[in-house]
Amino acid sequence: MNEKQVHIHIDHLTMAYGSNLIQKDLDFDIYRGDVFVIMGGSGCGKSTLLKHMIGLYPPSTGEILYEGESFNQANEQRQFEMRRGWGITYQTGGLFSAMTLAQNTALPLQQYTELSAAEIDDIVAYKLALVGLGGYQDYYPSEISGGMQKRAGLARAIALDPEILFFDEPSAGLDPISSQLLDELILEMQESLGATVIIVTHELASIFAIASNSVFLDAETKTMIDYGDPKVLRQQSEHEKVRKFLARGSTPSGDPA
Amino acid sequence: MPESQPPRFTLEQDGQLLKLSGDWTIEQDCPTFSALREQLSQVQPAAIACDTAALGEWDSALPAFLLQCHNYCSDSGIDFDTSALPEGASSLLKLATAVKPHKPPEEKPLSLAEMLDFRHRLEDAWEVVRDHLEFIGDATIALGKLLAGRANTRREDFLTFIHQSGPDAFGIVTLTAFLVGMILAYLGAAQLAQFGAQIYVADLVTIGMLREMGALMVAVVMAGRTGAAYAAQLGTMQTREEIDAIVTLGISPMEFLVLPRMVALVLIMPLLVLYANVVGIFGGAIVAAGLDVTLTQFSQQMTKVISFAHLGTGLLKSVFFGLLIAIAGCRAGIQCGRSSAAVGEAATKAVVTSIVYLIVADAAFNILFQELGI
Ligand SMILES: Nc1ncnc2c1ncn2[C@@H]1O[C@H](COP(=O)(O)OP(=O)(O)OP(=O)(O)O)[C@@H](O)[C@H]1O
Ligand SMILES: [Mg+2]
Repeated sequence: MNEKQVHIHIDHLTMAYGSNLIQKDLDFDIYRGDVFVIMGGSGCGKSTLLKHMIGLYPPSTGEILYEGESFNQANEQRQFEMRRGWGITYQTGGLFSAMTLAQNTALPLQQYTELSAAEIDDIVAYKLALVGLGGYQDYYPSEISGGMQKRAGLARAIALDPEILFFDEPSAGLDPISSQLLDELILEMQESLGATVIIVTHELASIFAIASNSVFLDAETKTMIDYGDPKVLRQQSEHEKVRKFLARGSTPSGDPA
Repeated sequence: MPESQPPRFTLEQDGQLLKLSGDWTIEQDCPTFSALREQLSQVQPAAIACDTAALGEWDSALPAFLLQCHNYCSDSGIDFDTSALPEGASSLLKLATAVKPHKPPEEKPLSLAEMLDFRHRLEDAWEVVRDHLEFIGDATIALGKLLAGRANTRREDFLTFIHQSGPDAFGIVTLTAFLVGMILAYLGAAQLAQFGAQIYVADLVTIGMLREMGALMVAVVMAGRTGAAYAAQLGTMQTREEIDAIVTLGISPMEFLVLPRMVALVLIMPLLVLYANVVGIFGGAIVAAGLDVTLTQFSQQMTKVISFAHLGTGLLKSVFFGLLIAIAGCRAGIQCGRSSAAVGEAATKAVVTSIVYLIVADAAFNILFQELGI
């Protein structure tokens, strides 16, 4: 295997909402082709970190560099180009409620490509079929279940065969089987597209099944306290909090499932 | 079954021992922590132990009291020993204290000097004005793009919003315009009758509707109806991260969401006002008929006073009013917080801001027309 390439570098990032500091001094690398998990207790700022990475909020201090290039410093045209390579799903769905699933999935294609309507229809049908929603083209998000909405969000995120995939709690609220299927889908996407995947998740099963690297954000000290492969961290983290989190509160010496 | 004992606490041994007795259940009138806090602040012990020998039955009332006690002790550095508590109570307390209570970041209360600082106030107000101007500026740029055919806007959206703000608003516009026409007629008739000049009711109603009331009443109705709806729609999209999704697709929310709403309202407002004028004058004519001004007389008098200037001023106002309502509504929605309560606030804000805008703009128009002699 050849040398790992840094894809995204988080450089001394501090995030705050107004005067409310969320996380400070985050500094780590995400390598190309990684399935990178952002972990941490509820409310520690995982979604906030993700939103900084996708350029919705500017950093208080520090930088986020994509192959050495800062999104926030880039001009509008360049930002547009960079965003073309990203696929994103949101914690609360983010599907456009006024549009059908087909229109939702077609939007990025219309936005970034010159494809004809017929070609777009074909791609949309394929992407929806990939996430198990073949035939649901004309449904509105309010007409399908929560789990199906998650998958529809995924279909929209992968519409443009993105280079980087961001998922905010993709499997929250899914039953174990669906959530496993989703994991497989994510891995499949990662392999077939060679994409870098960044996931915010709590699901331990998911973390161990797909993650190749991770960062642990701590709400109390408001910074990252650990970084590395979660399978290794479970046994060897210096921080009891991390070991406990990964062993779901049972004693770290116990044999984790 | 033994008689239930009233719940009590006593503080003994210089505050070092907290004795709990009686039945601590929510049906009972349990002591609140504030009483204990007062006593504790007087004696200030270094450590507190519990004595629960006389404790009877208990439910959530007991841990609720103990949690307050625990938080107070940990804040003021007192060692709170819970080992003597009943087993269930101490484990519940442990659970409740496992995660430290969230402390919201301290906001310094403004000092009197700061509050009276006029410059500071002025800067704040300027901030708000600048924010509005910025939004209006962005909207104008987007509009320019639309006219140049380069805006990212869906045609279906226009049609939906035109339908929502036009045909759907017909009923309520009819009702309000009709009644306003009647009110104008009654108001005028009472005064004009004193001079035997009832016939001029027609002038009053016609000019009143065309120049002023038609545009203003439709605008107020639309502010409450469409402006609030815009704010709620966009606010909900904000809470559901739909607006985030739009931004990260490289689409401008201004072009994609605000523009179709704004253009729909601006196109529909003059039409609604024309319709309201007709209905209002008709309402006035009916009242006048009851005051011995026949319909024929009324319409003759009306055709004498009707002029393009009267009609035009009202329509010009309506276009601007439509623009202002859309801006107030969309701005409130886009800047909405991320909770369902925030959506409600956004809708309220949209209506209040629109009405302030409307009245200020109407006054400005009237001064302008007066100066220009229109
Ligand atoms: N738009 C916002 N404005 C102000 N504060 C916010 C905003 N969004 C989140 N916060 C605050 O930032 C903190 C972190 O929120 P965030 O949503 O990033 O948490 P999270 O780690 O994703 O939690 P969860 O696992 O529950 O989704 C919270 O304390 C929250 O109150
Ligand atoms: Mg989150």
